[in-house]
Amino acid sequence: MLLSRTAAQLYWLGRYVERAEFTAQLVEATLRLDQLAARPAGNDAWASALAVASQTQGFAATGAELSDTAVTQYLLLAQNNPSSIRSCIDAARHNARAVRTALSREAWISINRSWISLRGRQRLDDAQSILALIEELKADARGFEGALNRMLRNESRFLISLGQAIERANGTARLLDVKYHLLLPAGESVGGAIDRDQWTGILRTVSAVTAYRWLYREGLKPWLVAEFLVLREELPRSLVASTEQIVNLLTRIGHRTGQQGEADRLARRKRQQLRQITAETLIQGGLHEFLGRFLGEIADLDRAISQQFRFN
Amino acid sequence: MASRGAFDELYGAGTAPRPEFAALHDWINATSVEELRARQGQAELAFRQIGITFSVYGEDEAAERIIPFDILPRVFSQAEWARLTKGLEQRVESINAFLRDIYGKRQILKDGIIPADLVLRNPQFAAGIADIRPPAGIFAHICGIDIVRTGPDDFFVLEDNARTPSGVSYMIENREAMLRLCPELFSIFPVLPVDGYPDALLATMQSVAPRQASRQPVCVLLTPGPFNSAFYEHSFLADNLGIELVEAADLEVRDDTVYMRTISGPVRVDVIYRRIDDDFLDPLVFRPDSMLGVPGLIAAYRAGNVALVNAPGTGIADDKAIYSYMPDIVRYYSGGEAMLPNVETYRCREPQALQYTLDHLDELVVKLVDGSGGYGMLVGPTASRDEIDRFRAVLKAEPHRYIAQPTLALSTSPTLADQGLAPRHIDFRPFVLTGANGITIIPGGLTRVALRDGSLVVNSSQGGGTKDSFVLGAPGMRQQQSMGGMTQSQSIRGGLA
Repeated sequence: MLLSRTAAQLYWLGRYVERAEFTAQLVEATLRLDQLAARPAGNDAWASALAVASQTQGFAATGAELSDTAVTQYLLLAQNNPSSIRSCIDAARHNARAVRTALSREAWISINRSWISLRGRQRLDDAQSILALIEELKADARGFEGALNRMLRNESRFLISLGQAIERANGTARLLDVKYHLLLPAGESVGGAIDRDQWTGILRTVSAVTAYRWLYREGLKPWLVAEFLVLREELPRSLVASTEQIVNLLTRIGHRTGQQGEADRLARRKRQQLRQITAETLIQGGLHEFLGRFLGEIADLDRAISQQFRFN
Repeated sequence: MASRGAFDELYGAGTAPRPEFAALHDWINATSVEELRARQGQAELAFRQIGITFSVYGEDEAAERIIPFDILPRVFSQAEWARLTKGLEQRVESINAFLRDIYGKRQILKDGIIPADLVLRNPQFAAGIADIRPPAGIFAHICGIDIVRTGPDDFFVLEDNARTPSGVSYMIENREAMLRLCPELFSIFPVLPVDGYPDALLATMQSVAPRQASRQPVCVLLTPGPFNSAFYEHSFLADNLGIELVEAADLEVRDDTVYMRTISGPVRVDVIYRRIDDDFLDPLVFRPDSMLGVPGLIAAYRAGNVALVNAPGTGIADDKAIYSYMPDIVRYYSGGEAMLPNVETYRCREPQALQYTLDHLDELVVKLVDGSGGYGMLVGPTASRDEIDRFRAVLKAEPHRYIAQPTLALSTSPTLADQGLAPRHIDFRPFVLTGANGITIIPGGLTRVALRDGSLVVNSSQGGGTKDSFVLGAPGMRQQQSMGGMTQSQSIRGGLA
């Protein structure tokens, strides 16, 4: 038995926690690309980070000039950015507080700890302090994940994970879509020379730099990175793995409530489609078009979930 | 250690510990102030992380505060507790009898024990539910009776909280902190456990479920929501009882039956532990202007389809104007004198009492009849000339809104203050549960402490803190300890043996 309001808040708790972690990884990877790489990527890297976070327009609206500090501040701490890490953690904590009975104490504490450590921060000055904060946030995110795994395996738990999986699929698709275009300059065909730092940056954002090397012995190739992020089940953040998880979570909730619906149908259909795709058809058919469709379908799925569980 | 002649819980009136508490005295002496401070800091850090916070009205969410926790417990001996328990049972039984009576035949008014006007015209009297008899005839299932002490045998009831008393989560969380941070105390002392409270509360709720409910009645806790100052406690209790924490918008009433909205559709609700005021229960009955509440809830209650814990209308029993009649009420229903006496109270609505109050403002505590939380109150001995003059004016203007009481020398308990250990004034709120099967009192409660030197105001909104409250059991008894924690080597040894 689960209240509809609680269900909605758990689902969004999952989405916000995941979004915060993804943004933390994105900023970390961009920082490495810009400040710590042999050839600093400069403002292009920060513009692309904004694009991945779907915040290009939001940032422009603040009137601030594009710079590493301005973008970092905007993505990490800005109160006027509804998807900044601070806003995500505020929203996650607000949801968590309202549904505390559906969370274990450990799960709550890991969110509350992030909230407490962000609370007093107004500005971040150097890369070192930013990286230190990101480390802290990532540690709390791992703590949350660990706590989830120790919670009762019931609808509450599954809905948090469902929110996370939806958000994860969304994040990976956006990352790949933005980077794939930026990283393959016009006129350069697939298979041409690549910017090693840029591609490593993508992998770092999905915490898969070494994982890639275990799966692909050929070195960094754009089409392999695309295949890795879309089609490899081994990578937890891949579109296939996220979709698989969405299907499983919906099925488990359905088993407990005895009800399935439109969300189950959409998720299964997506999984079926992904199973039939190969790396070749993915690239030849147009990766950008594929990712655009995928993002649209995730949005449909999100709506179907709200209806099926009577969120409103 | 005792100061200004106040009775000290640990040292009595002198400097040597009371014999039954010598072990606590020894422990305090053997533990350095730095060590105590370090442990107290750990407890407060944990409270902040767990989010045992309250919000102060008028401040934003970032202003959530923790109530200061004092690491030195206050202790009750077995004999003290036995006495308190008897007095509390008598008091709460009388409160329920009083409520049954005035929402029924009103015999006590007919017999002229209390002026009828004082009850029937009291804003706390819920005329709209006057003919409803709740399941098992119980109105006040949960009472938090505020007790103060002034001497070895002098316990007084300061307030009867019979609406939605809060603070029980501190009883349990403070004990958790003490068990973790001062485990040695529990091997010195046979302290009775308090963690049976959630089970006792759930049993109380289930015992008053409507008769047609299934064998496992559906119980919920109704909260005003995360912005309420006691929200942590609401979520803590719902979690520990294993019941849903609902807001008004999660409930709906159809055919005089209450349902909650779940992901699988509506689920019938049998018992509601409501932590919202009467005024906000049902806009159809109490506050037509309110958007809050569950329309139709009172109709469902009237139809006997849902139990409300506490029942609506209990505010009349803990009203400060009624308070001064409690000794009469207890005598009327129990047939004996109140074992826990009242604090002497002057009803300013009576001319003689008003005159006495005006003549002794610098010695008295003056309270609003309908105030709470330490607001709207004058503490004569510590008030400035200005404050006293201001109160004199309002008292003359609206005397019926005030009562006055002598300033009591509240007992003190050793407390970790800025400059080291020092006596600080305390009070005590035990929680009394009344179900269809009788009364349950968990051995413990909320001890509040006025942290400022000499202050008598213990309210958390006014700089008060909390302490754990130990009730001693039979010597030789131990706090329950869990088994388990076997290590690999033990396991191997076990296998080889």
